[in-house]
Amino acid sequence: CFYVIRTPERNSLFEAEYRRFALKMSGTCGFQEFYRLLQTVHHIPGVEVLLGYADIQGDLLPINNDDNFYKALSSANPLLRIIIQKRDVDEPVVFATNSLQRRKKGLAGLRPAQQKAKPGLMIGLPQDFRQISSIIDVDILPETHRRVRLHKHGTHKPLGFYIRDGVSMRVTPQGVEKVPGVFISRLVRGGLAESTGLLGVNDEILEVNGIDVAGKSLDQVTDMMVANSHNLIVTVKPANQRNNVVPRASRVSAGGNSSSGSVGSAFSHDSAPSTASQSVSHHSNSNSVAEGDSDEDGDGDLIIETDSLPPYLPHRCVSNGNGSHRESPLSSSLGQRPLPQSMSLSMTTPTHNGSPTKTSSSQESMREDGNIITL
Amino acid sequence: MKRFRRHGQESQRERIKQELYGFNKTVEHGFPHQPSALGFSPSLQLLAIGTRSGAIKLYGGPGVEFMGLHDENAAVTQVHFLPHQVELVTLLDDNSLHMWTLRAHHGVSELLEIGRFTLTGPPGAPPSVTRVTAVLAHSSGDLLLLGTEGGHVFIVKVPGFRELEERNISLEKVTNGVPEDYGGRRSLEHVESLQENPVNPRQVLIGYGRGLMVIWDLDSQSAVTHIPATQQLESVWWTEDGGHVLSSHSDGSYCRWKVAGDDPQSEQEKSEVPYGHFPCKAISKIIQLPTEQGPPFLFLSGGMPRASYGDRHCISVIHSKTHVALDFTSRIIDFFVIRDGPYHTGEPSALVVLVEEELVVIDLQTEGWPVIQTPYLVPLHCSAITCSHHVSAIPLKLWERVLSAGALQNTHYSKKPWPMTGGQNLAPDPPQRDLLLTGHEDGTVRFWDASGVCLYPMYKLSTAGVFLTDSDPNDNLNQGTEGEWPPFRKVGCFDPYSDDPRLGIQKIHLCKYSGYLTVAGTAGQILVLELNDEAAEQTVEATVADLLQGQEGFRWKGHTRLEVREEPVTFPPGFQPFALVQCQPPAVVTALTLHSEWKLVTFGTSHGFGLYDYQQKNNVLVRCTLNPSDQLAMEGPLSRVKSIKKSLRQSFRRIRRSRVSLRKHHVNNAAKLQQANARLEAELAEMELAPVQRKIEPRSPDDSFTGLVRTLYFADTFISDSSHNTPSLWAGTNGGSVFAYQLRLPPVERRGEDPVTAHPAKEIQLMHRAPVVGILVLDGHGSPLPEPLEVAHDLARSPDMQGSHSLLVISEEQFKVFTLPKVSAKMKLKLTAIDGSRVRRVGVAWFGSTRTDDYGESGLTVLTNQGDLHVVSLPGVKLQVQYPCIRREDVSGIASCVFTKHGQGFYLISPSEFERFSLSARCVVEPRSLVEVSSETPSTTLPRALPDGASVERR
Repeated sequence: CFYVIRTPERNSLFEAEYRRFALKMSGTCGFQEFYRLLQTVHHIPGVEVLLGYADIQGDLLPINNDDNFYKALSSANPLLRIIIQKRDVDEPVVFATNSLQRRKKGLAGLRPAQQKAKPGLMIGLPQDFRQISSIIDVDILPETHRRVRLHKHGTHKPLGFYIRDGVSMRVTPQGVEKVPGVFISRLVRGGLAESTGLLGVNDEILEVNGIDVAGKSLDQVTDMMVANSHNLIVTVKPANQRNNVVPRASRVSAGGNSSSGSVGSAFSHDSAPSTASQSVSHHSNSNSVAEGDSDEDGDGDLIIETDSLPPYLPHRCVSNGNGSHRESPLSSSLGQRPLPQSMSLSMTTPTHNGSPTKTSSSQESMREDGNIITL
Repeated sequence: MKRFRRHGQESQRERIKQELYGFNKTVEHGFPHQPSALGFSPSLQLLAIGTRSGAIKLYGGPGVEFMGLHDENAAVTQVHFLPHQVELVTLLDDNSLHMWTLRAHHGVSELLEIGRFTLTGPPGAPPSVTRVTAVLAHSSGDLLLLGTEGGHVFIVKVPGFRELEERNISLEKVTNGVPEDYGGRRSLEHVESLQENPVNPRQVLIGYGRGLMVIWDLDSQSAVTHIPATQQLESVWWTEDGGHVLSSHSDGSYCRWKVAGDDPQSEQEKSEVPYGHFPCKAISKIIQLPTEQGPPFLFLSGGMPRASYGDRHCISVIHSKTHVALDFTSRIIDFFVIRDGPYHTGEPSALVVLVEEELVVIDLQTEGWPVIQTPYLVPLHCSAITCSHHVSAIPLKLWERVLSAGALQNTHYSKKPWPMTGGQNLAPDPPQRDLLLTGHEDGTVRFWDASGVCLYPMYKLSTAGVFLTDSDPNDNLNQGTEGEWPPFRKVGCFDPYSDDPRLGIQKIHLCKYSGYLTVAGTAGQILVLELNDEAAEQTVEATVADLLQGQEGFRWKGHTRLEVREEPVTFPPGFQPFALVQCQPPAVVTALTLHSEWKLVTFGTSHGFGLYDYQQKNNVLVRCTLNPSDQLAMEGPLSRVKSIKKSLRQSFRRIRRSRVSLRKHHVNNAAKLQQANARLEAELAEMELAPVQRKIEPRSPDDSFTGLVRTLYFADTFISDSSHNTPSLWAGTNGGSVFAYQLRLPPVERRGEDPVTAHPAKEIQLMHRAPVVGILVLDGHGSPLPEPLEVAHDLARSPDMQGSHSLLVISEEQFKVFTLPKVSAKMKLKLTAIDGSRVRRVGVAWFGSTRTDDYGESGLTVLTNQGDLHVVSLPGVKLQVQYPCIRREDVSGIASCVFTKHGQGFYLISPSEFERFSLSARCVVEPRSLVEVSSETPSTTLPRALPDGASVERR
């Protein structure tokens, strides 16, 4: 079993180098060894470099220990893109959720995040982490409710919770009424939901991505949650009401920019507020969610266009071509069509993104760039 | 200003919607599930069937159908028409009586419940006193006699249900007159039967369970005659001339009694056990009818020798020297006989038998007593339905060819017209010819005329002949050896036993223009068939498609491939198979599409999909879609069976445990039994209350069955560049993947020699990974591409090839439109993320406006897992309307749904019944019929007609 690893080596902003080599899966043992291997392959022994890789979601993530190295290997199928960067360049690569995509949308991701990485002790930068959860909309929700956003991106951690039917007490003008409700019944140990600490057993689920669950069956709510699982926003009424977020006094003054609620998420400074404010606008008119978040997940579809696929030849070895078109009797018939443009599928690197010409590229190529293409 | 305008547009859109869409459940096709009672009105020529779920259905001439439902969820045990009226009375399991009428409204009759009634006994009386066991609708039309379990007969005035207490015939009154020599003072038991004297409506015969029969004069309120039978009574019949009474008994005997004048004691003339010597089962019903010349007809139900034939369901018909025991495949509910003549008092013409799974009508006037084919109530489930396929607007030529092929299969049916003629069918002729094809477990495909209210069988195709199966094709159940006693004759077509479950049909696709049909089955077999008007003998060439394509490490634990007959097989006129593809592994075929213009068939299983060229008879393409980590898909159906077995075993264990605990308590005493019951109930309640949990986890790529191919689609579109359209094949999987192949077909003159080739063109992996249930290409105008050959036959506008095409991918969760040839998302409608429902079934339909003939819109008809029907507009993918249709829990109903191209649909409401519904406001097929009382009033001097309504075998 071989892994083909493609390594653009990045020495400076406009100088990049690509290598592609195979690595025996069983032969790899640890990060240090791999690090040395890369150094030999790239003939840069002794140069301090930062390693990064692009995972299946198109996120640029660091490799700096055994754990995330194995993770990187497991996410390669079969091609793994590694980005090597000299440690002391001015602009460190920003490891973050959707970083590759975001970078292309604007130059946001490339903005110098931290003026200088402190030498010495290796402490991960905030950008090296990915947000996995947040409490949002504190300012517009009643104190007894909590709106939690779970980010599934990139992690292989299960969302990790179960829901059940139950009976909820509601105070109505007619008095206290019992109404059917949906509750969290169990948290999976080590799962995302448990690790956030924001959801608990017996919390009542009130909304899923802005849609009221009242009157819906357990199966419907399950399906809604699964359908939104890559960007799940649940509004709960916690069973334990003691840990509620009390809106600060500054709540009124914060009015204009309603993004104050990102409690506990001091992450990627440019992304968190924007998502938060986006979701605020969603929830103000709950039914528009479908159109509203179309950018968030829809373009995650993986699309492979024509010529990156080898022609179907039942009795022939599949050429490993990244579209290297050998003339074959079958493929020659395609000649009448314009040559494929899908070479843009070839792995883009931060270098490309940096170049001003590429920033105006269309949305399509962005999407393609964000995906892993298997051949 | 702007707001006003928008408002105007919206209301205009609402108006258009009203003209386009409207939801109706229109008619139920097939045979009612669990029928429990039968009634017949000779004067109206209507038959009525009551079911265990409380439905009542009336049928007259073809197309005349009515349906009613009792509010109570109780079984209908008896149905009786009031003589010469449009009213009928039903008796339910809960001892309530209901009065129904056929009321004409705007020229169309409708079935209405107009009254209900429950007998109330004297205070403190046990419930058995008023528990109704026998009903007689008196020929005067305004009296109802109700015999009860307590042995009383209550007389009630109808239609108002007014009790005539002073005329009741109490058990005491009768007992006092019983001759001393009749079996001492023992109770007479319940009233088993009530019969009216055919020549003297003042006299009724009361038959008691213990055997005694009393002829009672209604006017003098006294017993006229006692008939001292001593065997347990099952049924009573008063002969036409009023001179004899026939009684049938639980020991399999029947007796003939002479009742002459006012003789207080009648004598037994004859007693016979027709299948005697050894103990026999009860004769549950007896009818004797005279013929103008010659001996009478005698009909007996049951009476078989207990040990050897106790399990048969038989009706014996004896006429002169002819004696036949009609042997049915399911339990007999009831039967009656239709008679000729203006007052239906002439020669017996047809025997109508309702058995549990079908209605059988026997022609009594044709030699050999052949069966008359029923125009309705046809058992759809004679072998279990495994799939269905609907084809709208069949060209006349194909229609006639299918009909003539079907006619050759039906030569054993009687030529006589359908004897039930009641009511007038006022429904307009169906606008087009529609076919519904049902695939069955035994490998047959049945063709039904689904154009109108009657789902009429046209033709039956059997695919079993292609394969070697365990059963011997020459094995004929109808073969009866000469001189066999009882003289059995098998009748009816309900035969739920399949020789080989692998033969089951799973997918059907018919091209209505070319007459090519492809069917696919449980063991991965795909047959391509051609309509041929002549019988032909041919071998079917088999091609194997290895869907694994070298994938390793898989073990198929399921069934083996079907073995193909090597020698040529003779196929009767009709659809004849000429090509066969067998998938390896032989998993059930999950998707199938035929393109008759390109002569290609594509098929998919849980392992992959293939493309077969049926002209050159070779595989063009085989693609494996398996996920290596998906073990379940590899192992085949066995592993699932195991789990069912396991759960069955567990539930049996649970039952046994509870039984054991019950029995233990039973030994002690009744109070403890009650305790145990209460505990059991509490346990059950607890089980129900135990919270059902649902895991919230996104679908991961290694979920099981991600490689299962859900949908296949052929399109001539712009797959590689925007200037040349080419044929293409699209496949969607359970894991949210779409594979597109560009097809290259040789020119027509070289079609037989040059190979067809397929090149991979695109792959789309939907981010939400929901199963892809439909793929559709929309042309430049945004309308769906026409079917193959549709344009060639001038039946559709040719698609717009100027504007850019778009691709619509329908997953269980979203409707998503992509651009073509470069695939990028254009718009979408998220279903699951908003209301939590998922797409189960989807179809493309054209909705015509009710206002003008020339306006219409294309739309998607969608059925969700919640049982709701939606219409989604094209190409804008906007939700238009939503109607609740099927109960959410009715999984098999939802799975069986099939849509037509004109906004109608069918789904199974029971194994044997299709409910037809309509989403279109214009295209509605529903029964419209009128029933009126015949104008001739029968004079009382005339011999009485058949007693309306037949009494019912009680359980």
